[in-house]
Amino acid sequence: MSAIIETHGLGRDFKVRDGLRRRTLVAVDDLTVRVEPGEAVGYIGANGAGKSTTIKMLTGILVPTRGEVHTCGLRPVPDRRQLARQVGVVFGQRTQLWWDLPVRESFRILAAIHALDAVEERARTDELVERLELAEFLGTPVRQLSLGQRMRAEVAAALLHSPRLVILDEPTIGLDVLSKQRLREFLVAERREHGTTLVLTTHDMGDVERLCDRILLVDRGSLVFEGTLTGLSATVGAERVVTVDLAEPLPDLVDVEATTHRGSEGGGLRQRLAFDPGATTAARVLAEVSRRAEVLDLTIEEPDVEDVVRRVYAARR
Amino acid sequence: MRHGTRVYRRLVVAGFRRQSTYRLAALGGLVANTTFGFLKVALLLAAVRAADGSLEGYDVGAVAAYVWVSQAMLGSVNLMGRNDLAERIRTGDVVVDFLRPVDVQGAFVATEVGRSLFTFLPRGLPTFTIGALVVGVPLAGGVAPVLGVLSVLLAITVSATTVFLVGVVGLWLVETRGVQLFYMIVSGFFAGLYLPIWFFPDWLVVAASATPFPSMLMYPTDILSGRVDTTGALGHLAAQVGWLVVTLVAGQLLVRAGRRRLEVQGG
Repeated sequence: MSAIIETHGLGRDFKVRDGLRRRTLVAVDDLTVRVEPGEAVGYIGANGAGKSTTIKMLTGILVPTRGEVHTCGLRPVPDRRQLARQVGVVFGQRTQLWWDLPVRESFRILAAIHALDAVEERARTDELVERLELAEFLGTPVRQLSLGQRMRAEVAAALLHSPRLVILDEPTIGLDVLSKQRLREFLVAERREHGTTLVLTTHDMGDVERLCDRILLVDRGSLVFEGTLTGLSATVGAERVVTVDLAEPLPDLVDVEATTHRGSEGGGLRQRLAFDPGATTAARVLAEVSRRAEVLDLTIEEPDVEDVVRRVYAARR
Repeated sequence: MRHGTRVYRRLVVAGFRRQSTYRLAALGGLVANTTFGFLKVALLLAAVRAADGSLEGYDVGAVAAYVWVSQAMLGSVNLMGRNDLAERIRTGDVVVDFLRPVDVQGAFVATEVGRSLFTFLPRGLPTFTIGALVVGVPLAGGVAPVLGVLSVLLAITVSATTVFLVGVVGLWLVETRGVQLFYMIVSGFFAGLYLPIWFFPDWLVVAASATPFPSMLMYPTDILSGRVDTTGALGHLAAQVGWLVVTLVAGQLLVRAGRRRLEVQGG
């Protein structure tokens, strides 16, 4: 089976005016990646690393300066319209819905654009409305939706034509915990049932952990890491930190399996333990601590993607 | 092909419905069109009377027909140059347009045509009706109304394809307000918005005819008011079709040439 995304030495420059001089900004440089059908890939990197530019080249919006790119076996720029039938994209910062029309109307227009017949349109719309819980605001104009509602509607709009490849650019940006969770559950189910290939850029470690099999990390337009999250965490030593509040003080918990004691407060009433998510889980750490004393409260600090990225970048410079 | 027409039909409906959500703006437009209609009709009638009842072939009735037909069309043809595409290129939202399996120009034009069609309901028809009731508007009979309606449809389409060109220049300039201003000044003048272009000296009529602007207002007005006979009407329609083809082709070429220039960074 051929790859769904394949690039060789892909690059894109922008001309930037810097006072009176013009200089060339290399947004993406020499990117060679391959994504197989059915994969879920997290495409991460700091702001300005070239993520969005890459997505725009993969979908035929931007013309590459150099290199080769094939998406769904097509050449994105010349085959743009053919490719658009097989790809669904959500740009978290932009809307593809018709701002002044009800959500339902946007779906109708998109169904026509993608040439769905009446039966397909009905079935798919119903499915998405149910899964993404859109029913309550289907008749509301898009400009009056909350951010969480709008994002769900955006995702539905991008997936209406059942694309083989779904690309999400910052899909959970600005969403509350519950909305994020619902969206992730939906994406997992969608992938399981339809075998959809998923590519997402995000700053949210939770997205990567819950949705992605594989990570591509870019820095200044170049690929600097390719592999699993566990592998990435291992490479940079990204840790999560559990803080537990205990019912009674304990001596420093230095011997909990696969953790490092990071400090105690209140004479041992509050303790902080760091662990590698590849080696153990928060649940296991909690179980182990609970055996020794009653746990009243806990918080988990996750390393965010920025943190991991910063570590990778720091290691490279 | 069936799919093609279905998409564009749907987009026409979308433009129509979008426009229908702005009712207060439509009312404002109606008031403005009617007010300026009375001003224009007063000035031009005074001029015709001062010229002993006929000025460049316009008598009292022809002037009234010219004023009210053109005022009624004003909301539906774009003589301002402002357009969504320029704004979408500037903000980068144009990426969404390129993500769809439709022709960018076709989608834009279909939406604009829908918008223009809707505008006839709250602005065009009431403006015309008010003018007809207050001043009286003699219209041509026979096949002229049929050819006239066809010409009006061509006018709003040519207006959309021409303003698309203004928008697409944004691929090179990013900020197109200067171009829009230029368009606004030239288009109104050559479309015959302030005066019928037939009042111009010959060389200026030639200059106007070398632009698509008379196709947007002057020609349909001539046909509906009976200023031209059937042969003249067919000539006007042919000119409109010609400009439609020229602007469509120019738009396609500009999009093709401008694709490389598209720079959307961030988000």
